[in-house]
Amino acid sequence: MENFFDWFRILYEETGINLPFLYDVYDRARLLNGFLMTVKLSMVCLFFSVIIGIIGAWLQGSSFKWTRRIVNGYIQIFRNTPPLVQLYFFYFAIGTLLPTVETDWGGQAPMLGSFAWAAISLSFFAGAFNVEIFRSGIEAVPKSTVEAAESLGFNRLQIYRDIALPLAFRVCLPALNNNLVNLVKTTTLAYAIAVPEMLYEANQIWSDNVNVTEMMLFLLVAYFVLVGILVWAMNSWEQAMKIPGYGS
Amino acid sequence: MTWTDDQPMVSIRDVYKSFGDLEVLKGVSLDVMKGEVICIIGPSGSGKSTLIRCVNALNDIQKGSILVEGLEVNSPDLNKLELRKKVGMVFQQYNLFPHKTAIENVMMAPIRVLKQDRVKAEAAARVLIKKVRLEGKEDAYPGELSGGQQQRVAIARSLAMTPDVMLFDEVTAALDPETVGEVLQTIKDLAEDGITCILVTHEMGFAREVADHIYFTDGGVIVEHGPPKSFFNKAKDPRTKEFLSQIL
Amino acid sequence: MSQRPYQSDLAVLNPIKRSSVTGFDLRLKPWQGGVILAACLLTSGVSFAQTDSTEISVFEALLRWMPLLSKGFIFNIVISILAMSIGTVAGVAWGLGQISTNVLLRKISWFVTQFFRNSPWLVLLFFAMFLLPFEISVLGFAVPFPDWLKATIGLSLPVMANVSEVVRGAVNSLPHGQWEAAESLGYTRRQTLWLVILPQCVKRMMPPWMNLYAILTMATVLASIVGVSEIMTLTGRALAAEGGRTDLLAPFYSFVLLLFFIYCYPIARWTVHLEQKFAVKG
Repeated sequence: MENFFDWFRILYEETGINLPFLYDVYDRARLLNGFLMTVKLSMVCLFFSVIIGIIGAWLQGSSFKWTRRIVNGYIQIFRNTPPLVQLYFFYFAIGTLLPTVETDWGGQAPMLGSFAWAAISLSFFAGAFNVEIFRSGIEAVPKSTVEAAESLGFNRLQIYRDIALPLAFRVCLPALNNNLVNLVKTTTLAYAIAVPEMLYEANQIWSDNVNVTEMMLFLLVAYFVLVGILVWAMNSWEQAMKIPGYGS
Repeated sequence: MTWTDDQPMVSIRDVYKSFGDLEVLKGVSLDVMKGEVICIIGPSGSGKSTLIRCVNALNDIQKGSILVEGLEVNSPDLNKLELRKKVGMVFQQYNLFPHKTAIENVMMAPIRVLKQDRVKAEAAARVLIKKVRLEGKEDAYPGELSGGQQQRVAIARSLAMTPDVMLFDEVTAALDPETVGEVLQTIKDLAEDGITCILVTHEMGFAREVADHIYFTDGGVIVEHGPPKSFFNKAKDPRTKEFLSQIL
Repeated sequence: MSQRPYQSDLAVLNPIKRSSVTGFDLRLKPWQGGVILAACLLTSGVSFAQTDSTEISVFEALLRWMPLLSKGFIFNIVISILAMSIGTVAGVAWGLGQISTNVLLRKISWFVTQFFRNSPWLVLLFFAMFLLPFEISVLGFAVPFPDWLKATIGLSLPVMANVSEVVRGAVNSLPHGQWEAAESLGYTRRQTLWLVILPQCVKRMMPPWMNLYAILTMATVLASIVGVSEIMTLTGRALAAEGGRTDLLAPFYSFVLLLFFIYCYPIARWTVHLEQKFAVKG
């Protein structure tokens, strides 16, 4: 395996194309960690944003005027302001308001680290879009289909579980996939608060090795591939969920 | 109150129904005996659809009473499940569950609602699909079927609950003229088997041929009614005559 | 009995509509601006209550820095307009490439579009910042290539990709009959494109294009990460100049949010108005 990586060292010596994240063990580990961090951040945000979306969509149907207003306010604010500013707001403005905890070495550290704030901020950001998506999914199930089920004697829970949810989910899926792809791209913002994700680690490597061009190209290719795989997986899932006879 | 065969299967007495300020049914009374086929005709907005939806407890009524086999539909303690076992309904927009195949649509309710054994339900569903002349289409999704075929599956689906009364709400209105015939034939077969049917329809030819009794509604009241022969040829009320002259 | 076309009124059974190209949709209402203004005032009020006599009050600090921050915001707007223009021109070119009859051009255009669409905006920004030279020689003179211009070009790349996609979508959404009718009248492909197809597409492209502009405007703050002096960097410097007081953080950032809202709100309203006006039927 080392021979494979050593080839890249030779490549550097011969042509000047410097890919230290391949031949150097330390850089390799750094970049791999960065990649894993990107994946980890994406998955955490995906999970929480879906939960926020479901809760938000449910609350939007509430009979209390103020519950609806608060949810709508949350959605509009998070959708119409730059996510970077939201991130700073959470990390700096709210982060400094929270109490500090003692670290092992006796210093004071903020209660939540940068990863936590990035996860919170991006989850709320993506969650705001998800609320709209879930709500439109549920609304897309025609009232008449629900009525037909009612006429057959299904009770409310059965209708929800067997008919409304499967149909709503299929309507939501393309928009959810789109949101997921955007989420992965948006994780790069965490760079701004020093979360060691892929862009940050790549930055560290090119600062050390002055090989900006190679790192940049690698990053572009890496994200292209990552997003490409995601899009392909999501499309396959969409295809599998398709109802035969309908759809363009 | 135990119901016996010699009493009307469906008994509608002096029913008033409003949607907010708009009064749609203004004192409607009608009786349906077991095995009868009743057609309700009339201009749009006359309340015909609303009436049969009230029989199935999809709409509530403000005044009056509706009895199905002695079961009080308008009572607040109505056991909806009991009602739905007696009354089956077929809608204008078929309302099949698009994510289930034809046979799954038909056997879903008996399994989930009547708690029948799956094997028995499937066998019964196959018999019904054969009855509506869709043998071979059991595993097709609704999206792969034509309008007429979907409507017949919808009829089979309602029949699976072995109701005593079948309600048809303008079931051929959304179909191409060629497919109207196959659906009407299916309903004719049901009538010949002795199932009590109440149809809201525009199909005058069908009404003349199959109905035992025809009711004409206009403006929320029953203007005139009678057996087909006397209704079509010797209509008394001027409104009836005007309506018939427009559509015949 | 009238013939009804076989079309379902059950929304769930209709072809699943892909959400807008960029996936984001802006719906602003005036009361939300009020909410942000209220948040601004509220956090300022809380800070005000906490200030001791040696420090200047929050409101004074805000007022002192407001002109500078607003100027910074105008710079953001300039960047956004410039990036949008460059991106639109390039995007239209790639979009037309995607519908070209030349297979190679089609594939290249598709690839370029997908490549830049799938990349995070921040990475493309870095890409432009680092790989564009810091000065270019024009006619023997060394002309410095300022940071903000590099950032503008960096931001125009994703715009270009998204515009390309919007153009392709708009052209494809036109009924096939338009092409056939033009062809049977003897138009060449180029004439058909310029005289028949594109004029009709402009209407359909407006709403997603304006949506993209709103997203771009909000993305201009990314330039602060790469060191361009726009509103976010200026806000950072203002806060530092005020001695790094943590109670100023919320009011200042709320003010930034407010500025964006004031700019984006009319655009969003106009987009909705255009969408309704040009509602595409079928």
